[in-house]
Amino acid sequence: MLQLKTAHTLKAAAAALLISASAFASSDARAETVVRIAMTAADIPRTLGQPDQGFEGNRFTGLTMYDGLTQWDLSSATKPSVVIPALATEWKVDDADKKKWTFKLRPGVKFHDGSDFNADAVVWNVEKVLKQDAPHFDASQVGVTASRMPTLASAKKIDDLTVELTTKEPDSFLPINLTNLFMASPTKWQKFFEAAEGTDAKAKASAAWTAFARDASGTGPWKMARFAPRERLELVKNAAYWDKARVPKVDKLVLLPVPEANARTAALLAGQVDWIEAPAPDAVPQIKQRGFVITANEQPHVWPWQFSRVEGSPWNDIRVRKAANLCVDREGMKEGLLGGLMVPASGTFEAGHPWRGTPTFQIKYDLKAAQALMKEAGYGPGKKLTVKTQTSASGSGQMLPLPMNEYLQQALAECYFDVQLDVIEWNTLFTNWRRGAKDPTANGANATNVTYAAMDPFFAMVRFLQSGMAPPVSNNWGYINNPKFDELVMKARQTFDADARDKALAELHAASVDEASFLYVAHDVGPRAMSAKIKNFVQPKSWFVDFSTMTME
Amino acid sequence: MLAYIARRIVYVIPIVIGVALVCFLLVHLAPGDPLVAILPADASQELAAQLRTAYGFDRPLPVQFGIWVWKALNGDLGTSIASGRPVLAEVMSAVGNTIMLALAAAAIGFFLGVSLGLIAGYYRNTWIDKVATSIAVMGVSVPHYWLGIVLVIIFSVQLNWLPAVGAGPGGSSSWAWDWTHMQYLILPALTSAAIPMGIITRTVRALTGDILSQDFVEALRAKGLNERGVFRHVIKNAAPTAMAVMGLQLGYMLGGSILIETVFSWPGTGLLLNSAIFQRDLPLLQGTILVLALFFVFLNLIVDIAQATIDPRIKRS
Repeated sequence: MLQLKTAHTLKAAAAALLISASAFASSDARAETVVRIAMTAADIPRTLGQPDQGFEGNRFTGLTMYDGLTQWDLSSATKPSVVIPALATEWKVDDADKKKWTFKLRPGVKFHDGSDFNADAVVWNVEKVLKQDAPHFDASQVGVTASRMPTLASAKKIDDLTVELTTKEPDSFLPINLTNLFMASPTKWQKFFEAAEGTDAKAKASAAWTAFARDASGTGPWKMARFAPRERLELVKNAAYWDKARVPKVDKLVLLPVPEANARTAALLAGQVDWIEAPAPDAVPQIKQRGFVITANEQPHVWPWQFSRVEGSPWNDIRVRKAANLCVDREGMKEGLLGGLMVPASGTFEAGHPWRGTPTFQIKYDLKAAQALMKEAGYGPGKKLTVKTQTSASGSGQMLPLPMNEYLQQALAECYFDVQLDVIEWNTLFTNWRRGAKDPTANGANATNVTYAAMDPFFAMVRFLQSGMAPPVSNNWGYINNPKFDELVMKARQTFDADARDKALAELHAASVDEASFLYVAHDVGPRAMSAKIKNFVQPKSWFVDFSTMTME
Repeated sequence: MLAYIARRIVYVIPIVIGVALVCFLLVHLAPGDPLVAILPADASQELAAQLRTAYGFDRPLPVQFGIWVWKALNGDLGTSIASGRPVLAEVMSAVGNTIMLALAAAAIGFFLGVSLGLIAGYYRNTWIDKVATSIAVMGVSVPHYWLGIVLVIIFSVQLNWLPAVGAGPGGSSSWAWDWTHMQYLILPALTSAAIPMGIITRTVRALTGDILSQDFVEALRAKGLNERGVFRHVIKNAAPTAMAVMGLQLGYMLGGSILIETVFSWPGTGLLLNSAIFQRDLPLLQGTILVLALFFVFLNLIVDIAQATIDPRIKRS
C-alpha cells in the first residue's frame, strides 16, 4: 500500500514537474515579443545598405539595420525632428578650406558581424557609391544615395576614429545630407566577395552585394534574421547596440509588403499583423471601433501645385498666385475629404519649425481677399482665368490626387479660375517633373502637382527655388528665376554655424512664401493603425520612426 | 508523327522570336524613365547619364534587344533594377506560387463546375437548373477582385476563420501541405475558381442537355439501362469538349491574376507583374512576360501534339 502511495506521489511529482516545465516553456515562448508590420511597399525595400522605395525604404530597411554618421532625432512627437550625432560624435568644417570637413567617429561601435566600425569603414561606404573604380562600387546604390548628398566628393582616413570628407563646393548642408548614407560592413562584404565564384571582379562584386542583401550587416538597433524576397523580412533586436537607450524593447520585427490598402486593413482587422502603414481612409472609423489605435503627425511633406514661371504663364502675376493661395478652404478639405488625415499647409514648413521664418504673407482661407486680388489682376465672373494643371490618378505621396484636385478646381472657380486638369500616368508625371514646364510632355500645363519630401534644405527648397536648378539639372520645374532666392540659397549653403544656417534657411522660406511660389495645400500626416497592445510608440514629425522605444504587452 | 512534331516545333521558333520582340518593345514604348525605380527625380543629369550607361539603356534599341535575347538564350534574364536580384530566380519562384494557386483553384472550380453542370443539364428547366445556372452566371459576372474582398471581409475580418493575406505564416519559401499553410490558399483559390466554375457549369449543362436529347440515349433507355448507366454515357460523351474548356481555363489561371494576387498579397506572377509595372522595372517586366508567354506557347505545342496523337485526322490536315 505504501509502495502504491509512493508510486502515486512520484507520478504526481513527475506530472507537476512536466506541467511546470511546459509552463516555463510556454512563458518563454510568450516572452518573445513580435511586432508584425504591413508596409505599403510591393517588395521588401533593398537591404544592402542604401534602400530603394523612397523614405519608406529608409524607414524600414535603412534606419533599422544601419546607422549613418548623423541621424534624425525621432524622440519627440511635438518638437521638429533635427539632425543629431550618430556614428559621428562631432564634426567641423575646416576654417581655411570650407570644402573640407572633419568627422570624429564614435569609439567601440561594432557591426552585426562583430567587425569594428572605424574610419576605413566610412571611406569604404563613401566609395561604394562615389568611386567608380573601387572594387565594391555598386551602380544600383548610386541613384538613391548620390542625389541625396549632391556635393560630397570623397573621404579620407585621418586616423582610426577620424575621417575627412570633401565636398565639391562649400556646403553647410552636408551633415544633414549624411543621414542618407548608411554604413554597411566592409568585412562582411569582403567575405562574400572572396566566396564568389569566377575571376571577373565586377561579377564577383555584384554577387557579393546580392549575398550581402540576403545576409546584411550594419551597426543599427535591429539585425537581419530572415529574408524572403517579396514576402517578409524578419529583424531581431541588437542587444549590443551602441546607444543603450535605443536597444529595442521588442524582440522581433516582421516586415511584410502589402501594397493594397484594403488588404492591409483586412490583415490588421483579422489579427494577421499588429501594425499597418497608411490604412484605407474610409476604414479608419471601423479600425478605431475595433479597438485599434490610429497615429498620425505632420510630416515634412508638401502637396502643392508648382507654378510655371515661363513667359506667358498666368502664374507670373503675384496677385494671381496669392489669390489662389487664399481661395482654398484647407480645413474643409481636411475634414470633408480626408477624414482629418492632413495638415493644412501655409508654406513648406509650419510654425515651430526652425526653417519656417516669419513670412508677411499669411496663407489662409480668405475668399473676399482672393476675389479682390483677382479683380485687381483683371479677372472676374465675366472674365475667368484658365489654368491647366498636370496630375496623376495615384503615386507615391500623392495622397488622393484626383479628389483633392477636383476640390481645388471647385474652390478656385469661386475666385474666377477655370481649372483644367490634365491627368497622366504617375511615372510620366514624375519624369516630366525633371524635364520641366517647357517640355512637350508638360502638354502646355502651367502647374504640376507632384508632392515632395521636405526633410532637408536641398529637397525642401533649393531644388525648386534656385535658378540653377531649372531643368535638366533638377526640379525647378517652373523655371523660377528670383535673384533673392539665389542669394539666400548661397547664404544658407555657406553659413557653417548651425543656428545661423537655420536662420538663413528661415529667411529663404519666408521669402518663398511671400512670393507665393507654390499653391501650398496640404501636408501628409503619415497615418498608421496599430494594435492597442503596442505601447510607448512615438510618431515624430518625420517620415521616419524609431522602432526601438515601442513595447508590446 | 515525328515529322508532324518536328514541323510544329519549327513553327514555334518564329512565334518565340515574335513574342520576345513584342515583350521587349511593349515595355520600351511605354512613357517614363526606365531608371525611375533607382533614380530620384532630383538626380543630376550627370548621375542619370552615368546610370543609363551602367544599365545599358544608352545603347540603340536593336543592340539592347540583341543583348537581351542572347542572355535569355543562355538562361540569364538580367537583373531586376529595383531589387538587384536575378530576374529568372524571381520569376521562377513566382511561377511556382501561381501554379500552386491555379491547381487549387482548378480543383475547386472544375469539381463544382462539372457537378453543377451535370445536375443543371439533367434537371433542365426545373428550379434545380435555375439555381445552378444562377450560380454559374454569378461566378462569371461578379468581378473576382470584388468577390475576393467580400470573402476576406466575411471569413477573415468578421469571422476570423482564415488569414486575409500572404502565402503561409513564414511565407511561400517555407510552404508545407498542412492546415496551418493550406488555410492561406483557401480564399484566393475560391476567388480564382469563380469564373472557371461558371464557364464549366454552363458548358457542361449545355452538353448534358444536348446529349440527353439525342437518339442513342433513348435507345439506351429502351434497352432497359437504368438512369445511372445512362448518366455514365452522358459523362463520357461530354468529357472531350468539357476537358478542352477546362484546359483553356487552367491555362488562363496559370498566367496568374494581378487583381487576385494583389488583393491577397499572394506572391505569384500577378503580384510580381504588378510590382514590376509600378516600379517600371523593365528587366523584371520583360522577363516575367517572356516566361509567361513562352509557357503558353509550349503549352499549346503540347496540346497540339497530344490532339494529333489522339485524333489522326488533325495530323493529316
